[in-house]
Amino acid sequence: MKKRLSVALRIALGTAAAGVLMTASGAALAADPLRIGVIAEAQAIAGASIPQAAQLAADEINAKGGVDGRKIEIISYDNHSSSADSVRAFQRAVNEDKVNAVVASYISEVVLALEPWASRLKTPFVTPGAASNEISKSVHADYEKNKYTFHGYLTSAALALSVCDAAKDLLVDRMHMKSAVIMSEDAAWTKPLDIGYEECLPKIGLKVLDHIRFSPDTTDFTPIFNKIEGSKPDVIITGISHVGVQPTVQWKNQQVPIPMFGISSQATNETFGKDTNQAAEGVLYQGVSGPGVAVTPKSVPFAEAFKKKFGNYPSYAGYTAYDEVYYIADAVKRAGSTEADKLVTALEATDWEGTIGRVQFYGKDDQFTHSIKYGKGLITGLMLQWQDGKQSAVWPKDVAKVDVKFPSFIKLSN
Amino acid sequence: MIDGFAISALYALGATGFTLIFGVSGVLNLSHGAIMVAAAVAAWAAASVLNVGTYAGALIGVGVALLTAFATYFAVVKPIQDSRRIPNEEKEIFVLTGTLLWGIMIQELIAYFFTNNAKTVLPIVEGVVEILGVRTPKNEIFTAIVCCLVIALLWLLVNRTRTGKAVLAASMNPRGVTLLGLELTNIYIVVWAIYGILAGIAGVLLGMFLGVSSYSVGPLTASAFSIVVLGGLGSVSGSLIAAFVVGYLETLTAYLVSPAYRTIPALLLLVFVMYIRPQGLLGRR
Repeated sequence: MKKRLSVALRIALGTAAAGVLMTASGAALAADPLRIGVIAEAQAIAGASIPQAAQLAADEINAKGGVDGRKIEIISYDNHSSSADSVRAFQRAVNEDKVNAVVASYISEVVLALEPWASRLKTPFVTPGAASNEISKSVHADYEKNKYTFHGYLTSAALALSVCDAAKDLLVDRMHMKSAVIMSEDAAWTKPLDIGYEECLPKIGLKVLDHIRFSPDTTDFTPIFNKIEGSKPDVIITGISHVGVQPTVQWKNQQVPIPMFGISSQATNETFGKDTNQAAEGVLYQGVSGPGVAVTPKSVPFAEAFKKKFGNYPSYAGYTAYDEVYYIADAVKRAGSTEADKLVTALEATDWEGTIGRVQFYGKDDQFTHSIKYGKGLITGLMLQWQDGKQSAVWPKDVAKVDVKFPSFIKLSN
Repeated sequence: MIDGFAISALYALGATGFTLIFGVSGVLNLSHGAIMVAAAVAAWAAASVLNVGTYAGALIGVGVALLTAFATYFAVVKPIQDSRRIPNEEKEIFVLTGTLLWGIMIQELIAYFFTNNAKTVLPIVEGVVEILGVRTPKNEIFTAIVCCLVIALLWLLVNRTRTGKAVLAASMNPRGVTLLGLELTNIYIVVWAIYGILAGIAGVLLGMFLGVSSYSVGPLTASAFSIVVLGGLGSVSGSLIAAFVVGYLETLTAYLVSPAYRTIPALLLLVFVMYIRPQGLLGRR
């Protein structure tokens, strides 16, 4: 009798212990975080926002209970704007820190260096800010191998389209401009951009008079502006990112009478006004977001939360990085797994309203596989202008708050 | 042409200090670019972040360059020169490496605190004037005038004052100077002070004229180095001539050929001069 009881007791105890163990392992599984590696340029303004925005998104998701009970953990690495450092960081992120996905860089050269590593290490990888067409073209060319790479920002081709769409409304229809000179820095991302410009500018009625490509380490832009003035265009269409402060300041100091319009990544930074001592006044630049511009209901709350936490507004890559953490989390939830191939399939099905518009990816058969879709109702980009020391949206009409205006040294020919 | 003159004058100002130090103490200061950038960024920060005004900002920039130059001398160069453990014949290499690393440290600190985005110093004079039909920023003319004035002052200092003559003597024969009862260390300090002020003025002017970022450190050191080598190491007048040669060559290339190839002809010229006249245009050794 006594013995039997003890057996029963033992069984009961055993069951209880097993139960405890099971719940413990269950809890361990739930607590096992979803790890996202963030590799970015901590010293560059565009890059510095990337890990900050990713962390903000992770904190918000975690505060609401995480992804199916799993917390998101952001592990960030500074790549010093170097491809070699980025590759090392990527390897470390995957092999040692066991990340499930990587968000990395705003520099095309860096992203192109990481792309083969995403394939080799079979780790989903999204870039928040690089623009080269080659990123998504490689996915298209060898889908099975390169499907792990996603292009979470507009391609140069789409950027050119965005600039042209805005130029048609603002410059051609409203100001009756007829000619342009393209001025772009010599880098991987501007090659397809320039091709895009050359194709779409004549279509909207802007004749391309000249095309100047210059080395990204140019410091004196006087000869370039001189040459541009010589061909008397109505507008300078820009494609600059590595440079920005210097050409803008010299444009103002030399009082070049031609407006600048196009892509000027540094102008998207809130600090650009101060860095240029307000020479930025009148500069028109393409962006996907801007302080106070409600592209979607999420844009302004994100920008304000970011400013509250970090003291400044996010760079363009901050917006995209924030969205990326959200849609990676969403994909993990839909896939029910962090297994790379399943995650890729889930990411491909992304339909996420983020801070810069509605994010969907082009499919396997599109030319730019895994790049975000450009178009109305998706992402169109904005045109903004520095006015009175602030960035204000001037295009498209539904978000524009002010009209285009120029400093007094700009002489419009019409 | 005026653009070329302003650029050349700036190069000259930057390179003069560089060559002076080499002439007097045999030090090739590879943190030169970093000191210039530090001056420009300090002037920017003082004027834009602390709102002290343009003139005060520029003065602070020059002050920072002076301090950095002293720091370079006392923290990097002097300990190496005084060290008993480093053989004399290896000291030059140690100084080269030391100043190079020091320059990189300054560069990284600037990038860390002020990001690697370019900064520009607010011009002291604004606006443009037409000269022979060319619209020229007044600041460019101002830059050229300041550079010429400073170089003229330097010439007066070296050739007309007691301290200057001691410096000149030290560059010709250091042992002779000590025999005359002058403390060599004091002369070095004077030279580093002159150098700091020159580099500071050049840095601040460059910040107004073109803008600088932490990326400019390498190219600035390289341009000063090649100008000094071209002109003849240690020769101030050689550096002046070389600065104008390089400045105009670069500007002409940018205007007539393509801005993308700006620096190439000057570097080719440097290689060519090294072949036919290794001591440089006016070099003594």
